[in-house]
Amino acid sequence: MARKMRALIRIVPERETRSYSSLRKVARAPKPRAESPKSKMPNNKSKPASLLIKGGHVIDPASKIDAPMDVLLRDGHVVEVTPPNKIRGSAEEKFDARGLIVAPGFIDLHVHLREPGQSYKETIASGTAAAAAGGFTSVCCMPNTSPVLDSQEWVNWVRQPERGAVVNVFPVAAATNGSKGAVLTDFRGLQRAGAVAVTDDGKPILDNDTMRECLRLSGELSFPVVQHAEDTRQTEGCPMNDGPTSFRLGLHGWKTSAESSIVDRDVQLAQRIPNSRLHVAHLSAADSLKAVRRGKRSRAHVTCEVTPHHFTLTDEAVGDYNTNCKMNPPLRSAADIESLIVALGDGTVDAIATDHAPHASHEKQVEFERAAFGITGLETALGLAITKLHRDHRLPLARIVELLTSGPARVFDLRGRGSLARGSFADVTIFDPKKRWTFDVSKSRSLSRNSPFDGWQLTGKAVATIVTGRIVHRDG
Amino acid sequence: MNKGARGSLLDIEHLEAPEILKILRSARRMNPQRPRPLLRGKRVILLFYEPSTRTRSSFEVAAKSMGAMTVLVQSSGSSIEKGESLLDTGYTLRSVGADIIVIRHPLAGAPRLMAEHLDIPIVNAGDGMHEHPSQGLLDAYTILKHKKAFKGLHISIIGDIFHSRVARSSCHLLTKLGAKITLCGPPEFVPEVAATLATGLQVTRHIEEAARGADVLMLLRVQKERLAGMKLRLEDYIARYQMTMHRLKMAKRDAIVMHPGPIIRGLELTGEVADSPQSAIVEEVRNGVPTRMAILARAVGRA
Repeated sequence: MARKMRALIRIVPERETRSYSSLRKVARAPKPRAESPKSKMPNNKSKPASLLIKGGHVIDPASKIDAPMDVLLRDGHVVEVTPPNKIRGSAEEKFDARGLIVAPGFIDLHVHLREPGQSYKETIASGTAAAAAGGFTSVCCMPNTSPVLDSQEWVNWVRQPERGAVVNVFPVAAATNGSKGAVLTDFRGLQRAGAVAVTDDGKPILDNDTMRECLRLSGELSFPVVQHAEDTRQTEGCPMNDGPTSFRLGLHGWKTSAESSIVDRDVQLAQRIPNSRLHVAHLSAADSLKAVRRGKRSRAHVTCEVTPHHFTLTDEAVGDYNTNCKMNPPLRSAADIESLIVALGDGTVDAIATDHAPHASHEKQVEFERAAFGITGLETALGLAITKLHRDHRLPLARIVELLTSGPARVFDLRGRGSLARGSFADVTIFDPKKRWTFDVSKSRSLSRNSPFDGWQLTGKAVATIVTGRIVHRDG
Repeated sequence: MNKGARGSLLDIEHLEAPEILKILRSARRMNPQRPRPLLRGKRVILLFYEPSTRTRSSFEVAAKSMGAMTVLVQSSGSSIEKGESLLDTGYTLRSVGADIIVIRHPLAGAPRLMAEHLDIPIVNAGDGMHEHPSQGLLDAYTILKHKKAFKGLHISIIGDIFHSRVARSSCHLLTKLGAKITLCGPPEFVPEVAATLATGLQVTRHIEEAARGADVLMLLRVQKERLAGMKLRLEDYIARYQMTMHRLKMAKRDAIVMHPGPIIRGLELTGEVADSPQSAIVEEVRNGVPTRMAILARAVGRA
């Protein structure tokens, strides 16, 4: 109760209501790219040129800070991070962060924003609004759109202000034309256009020679190749993990070897190709971790991400054909979860990524085997990470922040992101690690409703999301 | 989650033992020769997305003999061919005035999906590899005609368990009623995980072990294409897993042989076994009608 009162007092009422309502409008209106903060200066009233975040507890793993600190943002950058009340500069706006954690803006390496072509599921505007609500200031969007993001034109299109992105959007381009697995795309050109990595996500790069060539180019350009590790020759007609639940439901089981065999091959290739950069998307199986560890030990540039649903739910959650528990890769066993949580703690895993995959209800309210793979995840990621990893498994909060900030920033070389070091972009996520709340999917900012976490009680929630100095989301 | 309208029969897994016994008792009271008009004025829609002889005809006979009007809807020659979704087909049939939908579908979970969204009872007539509850019930009914009780019975299920919806329903049903079940077949047909389906299931690779001392031998159809897919030679399968008179003699003297059909003589069983006095295969088909009468009567709350 007392906490609630304080939370209410914290917000300077008059000013807040004004900036909040104008923010909502701005959120939908086109705005310039966040990468060039200098170009859009404070002609916009809702965006203060300077913002002082006072009284919070800063966790910035990149700068090895875990202490009470004040943070001053000015002109889209971090200007000062000092012990309480030691900020020298002045600010036009203040944010009272007492009782809250102030962290670098969260980065999601793996989201599906569905544009171009599938705006009935999600748009860049709605998907990034969901990201902001979940505390993410940057999202990396996957290229399996319609058409596939396999050209500079489409990468540019995604980055245009007309898309109405509320947070930073970093496109990941297709690795092969149309993601068909045959002809490589123009990595150099895509990188120049602003793509941060390449992948054929949704599909694996199966062919050995194609993967070898991708990795060779990735080394040359320092351009990560993201592998969706699924040997589709083993998974045809398999809608869920192989185990007691798939047997009980009469469904063909998807074995973990379909994932680990590809990870194994890719790590071997990465070890042999100098400077190559391999990133394993949504790693789900304990077996796959072995290869990743081997790669890291050998100093190959191998990274991986794990989704909140894979460290939270087992395949038993499918229950009686709950299509909101159908995803690719599928939910695994309790033993896999245990291994994933160990790997999240010990540094084997570099990032928590949501694999936010919105689908319309008519794509989920069908027979289980016909249902689309994937769930939304941007708004529940932080709550699940704190609830499951911190509260239940005692992972330090700082490690969770690392997995959401400096970890992913390193994977895709997002310079000036994932850190509150002076001069970094003013991307900040302020969250309450103790806040208990209930996720209500009907109130989601996403256009889609396909979440298995509807009605879940979670601990930990983003209170404010700041993108290049501008508050784009505020809770309550 | 919505469990479906009262009277739905979606699977055996979620039925309690007393409920199962209630259906079996009701089936015993059903007399296909002198049926009571429990379904008078009711519309039963038989929605069949897969070919079927036994199940379809016995549901139809069961429904009609109790005074219901039946309509058969098949995937070919209906809007299903035009790409209508399962739920939209369900809403359509509900609007036409269906009181009960009996559904056979190649995809597991289809009846449950329909039940979750419609307010009328849905009866599962077989969904993919999941369950075939009416077959499980008629098998139990058949066993009860030969044996006094289920408790302590040794029942062996032999053949392609993995692909069998009948096996899944029978495993749930018979273990709930206290029988001991042994599953027998090669690992491709009987993976180790099969033992997790219900408590007290055993797995063996040796048909002699499955046959020895058994009260009931339930055989399952083996599809030659599936043997080819797993590189198991047909002759090897027959040598190791075919039910022969010699193997049948290892079972209890009053053991019965069952098979949900269609049987393939010379593959999972010899012709002599199929025609032996211990065979209850033809009787099973006959028992399908009273069992399904009980299921439909239960669906409208008249059982």
